Amino acid sequence: MTARFPPPPARGCGTAPVLKERGQHEVFCGLTGIVWLHRKMQDAFFLVVGSRTCAHLLQSAAGVMIFAEPRFATAILEETDLAGLADAQVELDRVVTDLLARRPDIRQLFLVGSCPSEVIKLDLAKAAERLIATHAPRVRVLNWSGSGIETTFTEGEDACLAAMVPVLPESDARELVVVGALPDVVEDQMLGLLDALGIGPVRVLPAPRADAGYGIGPNTVFALAQPFLGDTLAALTRRGARHVPAPMPFGAEGTTLWLRAVAAEFGIPPEEVDRVTEAPRARARRAVAQAAETLSGRSVFLFPDSQLEVPLARFLTRECGMHAVEIGTPFLHRAILGPDLDLLAEGPVISEGQDVDRQLARLRAARPDLTVCGLGLANPLEAEGLATKWAIELVFTPVHFYEQAGDLAGLFSRPLRRRALLEGAAR
Amino acid sequence: MKLSVWTYEGPPHVGAMRVATAMKGLHYVLHAPQGDTYADLLFTMIERRDHRPPVTYTTFQARDLGADTADLFRRACLEARERFDPEAMIVGASCTAELIQDDPGGMAETMGLGIPVIPLELPSYQRKENFGADETFYQVVRRLAAPCDRTAAPTVNLIGATALGFRHRDDVTEVTRLLAEMGVAVNVCAPWQARPADIARLGAAHLNVLLYPETGESACRWMERELGLPYTRTVPIGVGATRAFVAEVAEALGIEARMDESRLRLPWYSASVDSTYLTGKRVFLFGDGTHVTALARIARDEIGFEVVGLGCYNREQARPVRALAREMGLEALVTDDYLEVEAAIEAAAPELILGTQMERHIAKRFGIPCAVISAPVHVQDFPARYAPVMGIEGANVLFDTLVHPLVMGLEEHLLTMFRADFEFHDAAGPSHHGGHAPARAGEGRGAAPRPPEAASPRDISAKKNDAGVSVVWLPAAEQELRKIPFFVRGKARRNTETFAAARGQTEISVETLYEAKAHYAR
Repeated sequence: MTARFPPPPARGCGTAPVLKERGQHEVFCGLTGIVWLHRKMQDAFFLVVGSRTCAHLLQSAAGVMIFAEPRFATAILEETDLAGLADAQVELDRVVTDLLARRPDIRQLFLVGSCPSEVIKLDLAKAAERLIATHAPRVRVLNWSGSGIETTFTEGEDACLAAMVPVLPESDARELVVVGALPDVVEDQMLGLLDALGIGPVRVLPAPRADAGYGIGPNTVFALAQPFLGDTLAALTRRGARHVPAPMPFGAEGTTLWLRAVAAEFGIPPEEVDRVTEAPRARARRAVAQAAETLSGRSVFLFPDSQLEVPLARFLTRECGMHAVEIGTPFLHRAILGPDLDLLAEGPVISEGQDVDRQLARLRAARPDLTVCGLGLANPLEAEGLATKWAIELVFTPVHFYEQAGDLAGLFSRPLRRRALLEGAAR
Repeated sequence: MKLSVWTYEGPPHVGAMRVATAMKGLHYVLHAPQGDTYADLLFTMIERRDHRPPVTYTTFQARDLGADTADLFRRACLEARERFDPEAMIVGASCTAELIQDDPGGMAETMGLGIPVIPLELPSYQRKENFGADETFYQVVRRLAAPCDRTAAPTVNLIGATALGFRHRDDVTEVTRLLAEMGVAVNVCAPWQARPADIARLGAAHLNVLLYPETGESACRWMERELGLPYTRTVPIGVGATRAFVAEVAEALGIEARMDESRLRLPWYSASVDSTYLTGKRVFLFGDGTHVTALARIARDEIGFEVVGLGCYNREQARPVRALAREMGLEALVTDDYLEVEAAIEAAAPELILGTQMERHIAKRFGIPCAVISAPVHVQDFPARYAPVMGIEGANVLFDTLVHPLVMGLEEHLLTMFRADFEFHDAAGPSHHGGHAPARAGEGRGAAPRPPEAASPRDISAKKNDAGVSVVWLPAAEQELRKIPFFVRGKARRNTETFAAARGQTEISVETLYEAKAHYAR
């Protein structure tokens, strides 16, 4: 059985002009990545060096997640730290030493830069080097920046993974590395599919523990499970590894094409992929079809948030029958999103960056059936009569690969179903 | 540097946002990097506002650093002026912009925007959210309020209610009603729903009612000095405080103190025999200074609890909190480190915690009943129903709030009678705390009570300190201790250990346990 997906468009969005905007961005900064990364890396601690704003952001983003053992914290800069930078380094050593003494189970410590630490040019790389000298080999100390002036939301994960690449050992093994933090259940499904295709061993970045148990070298090939990993792609390429370009594994089509691309790299023909994936593919299509009843023929407008917007729009237009009005993304990385852009029929405005008030004006003019946006905009837009799907959930919920395809479509159909239900009750 | 896991207060510019969002016709241009817009969702999600906070962010990025950021700020001001057409603007910097020293106030003032532009100096590395709100409102009042003729009839201003305030919406309604019943009208309520034009006529009132010292005291002080407007010192939370408040307002305005108590139920509910079991229940309070002091008095004087600990996270209110603590024979805990609060709660072994969102989580970990009495709070504490904490209905609300988490009287008796009851073992917690219940699967097979969960490893807090007590529990005594209902077991254990240590005993037998019980009997 061959896949019955709509044929690729005669002209995709691969070369479509992009509306580039600057102005007020209604987005999270990269520190937010800590909220899911610390769950994925169980022996890691994320120490943000920043201000009270950073601590407050993390707490607001993490919501009610107060854990018995929170593995992130903020070293809040105080007036005295700003007076002299030498002090700040000494202070940081003190905070880290205290922290590691209290948490002897920590094996990786990430010093995470913020806007204030970047602006005062507090050298966290130097601090990390010095701390390695004190705490190695028990603890590995790395640094990356999740500052808003440099990173948008999911780019924090990119910065973190890119910081981990240089410390992976050298290896000549021909291995596949799948890059991008995925929910455990999704990761297991992915490994199961690749195993069924005879591809293995498969490595994942980030690995759950500091000792990843694999290396990187010229024989490494890697595929991205998330679209926002530009710097990590560059870091892996610098180590000699080779990128396997593919559409992102959202929906039945995305997953199939992703698997086909990876399989081709290992000399496995697409027919074999289709044979192995026939059952889950059929399940995914059935599940998506249910939600598509609600979504089909409706218009969607995506605000920039996580860089997932392009592949999600591809899924919504090709598998759910929606049509996209505008696809906003904080950053458009063509080397990664090329395959998704090629599948996306020409038509929607593709915008990079944001001037939120102008974008809202376009939204109000278009009055789409569904708006995908952040939590700062969702309720105000609902109050204007526009149905919204808040975007952050798409990062926190398992949405990749076949078994989640129905859930993914469901996330978009639920606001529309709810609206119909409440309107029905009001009549 | 201060290591911080959870914070009770946001940075000061969030306080400024609380004032701007509470008001109408006021716009805030905030010089801030990309990402600081996260604060919008506090208002749109937690408070469920149906409009965006009136805040324009400059959203500067790394590539803008240098001369460009000042230009970004200017453009943001001009566009906000044009797009939102506000009556007045406040301008300021977030923590990062404070470091790049663009002087938003100076820039905005020279731009000729044609409306009052109020610069804010909010020291992000020293002060916090409540200061930000208080200072912002003070600056707005200082700039816009002017002397004017007093109203013919006695009127008051309600001062201090902001966006994201704990029950501010309903407190304003309740206090307005309380005053109306005295024949006193409200001149202006601010910043809650006030316009800049309303701020200008604050001086027409005869008295300021300071609802929340945390967010309104500086403005009240200034108005007392500059406009000759006295302000009230009593915050009407609780029956006693509400009566005192009515008397204070009446005296200030030279009118009769009238209060319609026909809908007040707390005193009778508290006096009814059903409430007898509440006597002497050990309660720990933590939150902002205003709510903690008010609630501590209610807990002690109006419900009959024993206050075993109290404190606040906002140093600005440390003095009244310390004074009240001394009056109650306690030492106040003034800290913004929730790990210290956790340690203090553990040491005090209360039967009820009254606190913030953080204390709710601490309580959950310890399996202690808890009610929320102060910000910071989550979305469930911005309820759809009418739920003031001030005035008469506020007292009724607080009675329910403080009593509901506790195990009901009859249930408590039955627990003591049948203390080996399998449904009421350690891990189960009070019956209405569903989260602690064991899985039902094991019940059919006559599963023994689940052993107490091993204490979860403490996070980054200091190692637990058992106050140097090194006494050993003999197995029989340990067994006997387990028969004591879980909600008083912590206290029994501590009392017994202190009792034994004081007598130089190193072992605790069943005998010691009961000796201690008799010693501490109340």
